[in-house]
Amino acid sequence: MLTIAGRIFSSRLIVGTGKFPSSALMRAAIEASGAEMVTVALRRVDLNDPGDDLMTMLDRHQYVFLPNTSGARNADEAVRLARLARAAGAGEWLKLEVTPDPRTLLPDPVETLKATEVLVKEGFIVLPYMNADPILAQHLQEAGAAAVMPLGSLIGTNQGLLTRFQLEIIIAQARVPVVVDAGLGAPSHAAQAMEMGADAVLINTAIAVSGDPVRMAQAFAAAVKAGRDAFEAGLGVSGPVAAASSPQAGLDFLR
Amino acid sequence: MDFPPLFNDLQARLAAVTVREVERSLAAERLDVAGLIALLSPAADDMLPPMAKRSAAITRQRFGSTMQLYAPLYLSNLCQNRCLYCGFSADNRIERRILTIEEAEAEAAILHDRGFSHILLVAGEAPGRLGVDYLEELALRLRDKFAAVSMEVQPLSTLEYARLFRAGITAVAVYQETYDREIYASLHPAGPKRDFDFRLGTPARAAAAGMREVGIGALLGLADWRAEGVALALHLAWLRQRFWQTSFTVSFPRLRPAEGGFAPLAPVTERDLAQLLFAMRLFDHDVGLLLSTREEARFRDGMLGFGPTRYSAGSCTAPGGYGNPALSGEQFAVGDHRSLAEVSAMIRQHGFDPVRKDWDSSFQQAVAQGSQAA
Repeated sequence: MLTIAGRIFSSRLIVGTGKFPSSALMRAAIEASGAEMVTVALRRVDLNDPGDDLMTMLDRHQYVFLPNTSGARNADEAVRLARLARAAGAGEWLKLEVTPDPRTLLPDPVETLKATEVLVKEGFIVLPYMNADPILAQHLQEAGAAAVMPLGSLIGTNQGLLTRFQLEIIIAQARVPVVVDAGLGAPSHAAQAMEMGADAVLINTAIAVSGDPVRMAQAFAAAVKAGRDAFEAGLGVSGPVAAASSPQAGLDFLR
Repeated sequence: MDFPPLFNDLQARLAAVTVREVERSLAAERLDVAGLIALLSPAADDMLPPMAKRSAAITRQRFGSTMQLYAPLYLSNLCQNRCLYCGFSADNRIERRILTIEEAEAEAAILHDRGFSHILLVAGEAPGRLGVDYLEELALRLRDKFAAVSMEVQPLSTLEYARLFRAGITAVAVYQETYDREIYASLHPAGPKRDFDFRLGTPARAAAAGMREVGIGALLGLADWRAEGVALALHLAWLRQRFWQTSFTVSFPRLRPAEGGFAPLAPVTERDLAQLLFAMRLFDHDVGLLLSTREEARFRDGMLGFGPTRYSAGSCTAPGGYGNPALSGEQFAVGDHRSLAEVSAMIRQHGFDPVRKDWDSSFQQAVAQGSQAA
């Protein structure tokens, strides 16, 4: 079971709420995904409006709400937004996003680390979105991040696991759950991340902009489960030399 | 290519494009400047369907199935400039009006009640009556009610923009009107707007001041729209290289009937406008593309999903016109008269999500009320 900050999740798929054609379709897709944690951009919701579409469309008892600071350019902005969100009742969970470049939306490593240090001290459960940098992952864990969320490729690009080698190091070294976030465009990408040993994946664009978000959500759920099962079962070693299924190693003489 | 480009050079390059170059550009993964010129050339006029398809796919991937909505709030129609095409020109005998801060707040409250979270403050150029003090005071009063407050007023200095940013202004739009220097000079015979280069440097000053978003644009109908489109894209690319933390938008306002009865010098059809918009999307996948109520409902409905990311709705271009629809003194006649609710319903019918809030005033540190920063 996936455990983040002491909370147990039976689904290893986390989903986002942006880019959907309607909030009704968003809800249907999220239900179909079986996800238990959803991320919501604070810039999109009006926390002071009890009737806000995004906030009322999903049952807050059914899902762990992971508000995100999408749009923040530096640590100060992210911290300010997080504090206001918590004061308005958004809870302690936070997906920290500090993305100074609005084109690539790449996370700023320096500001993300700064904001993590501040927010952890203030009692937030911080899940930082980060580039797939193993050393940064170490620093963020030392600062008290509840999980790390390295990217597979640029957000929204559907390019899959372009950062594979760094992700492998991050996963091997991790003391907290590793959630591969951003760039996973097909269920096979999600399955690959899970086979590598990622603890969970976060999917938004690939589901939201697909022709049928509900079926795509089901496809991702199945892929995440398959990938995890394969990881737990133990994948065979792959290599360039052919190996027979019934080995005749020629060592029968040994006593 | 250098910026600003020579308009005549752009026209010469556009005229020389072959159909083969257009096909090559359409096949390319990313459009460079030569490719952009190809897609804006007459040789690409028959290629609208494949351009539309790519533009739609890129927009959907980047922005999702959404459309952002905003409304303009006209503060004043006082103006020192004599732009030949504009209803606010000092030469026109229209009913002149400048809203007091309280009147502006009341107009904003109406827009808020109608469901808007993003408003655009608009004013003619009369800095003695409507300057930075006025805008700062108003921004401080509006920032808690609205997720985003943009402005489209006279060009200011970097320090002035920085001060307004701290007061809660999130974005600045300033349109060059035309990138053709000669036509620009003939259309702006008097007033501070005569200075082509000061205006051209304005988006950079706003970005340097830390504004989250900067909007550029050309008023279509003044000069050759194809060359105008290339110049706009070059301006965008020039800004992107220097201000990597700023979001950018591009607007394509077409001349509308206005007081003064100015006839377009170079008419732009709906097909032309569509070609321009698709080419801009293929050139820059991340830029916000605006289509205002200058355009008719039929055109705006049809363009949904093909590239635009932001629509205005329920707009009135006369200061005070939301509270008192009988008021005259408008900048131009709008082409789409539907309310926010009607436009939202249309967006939903087309399978898109109307987005009213996509920012939060908490991103920006508030300055204390009444402080005189900078």
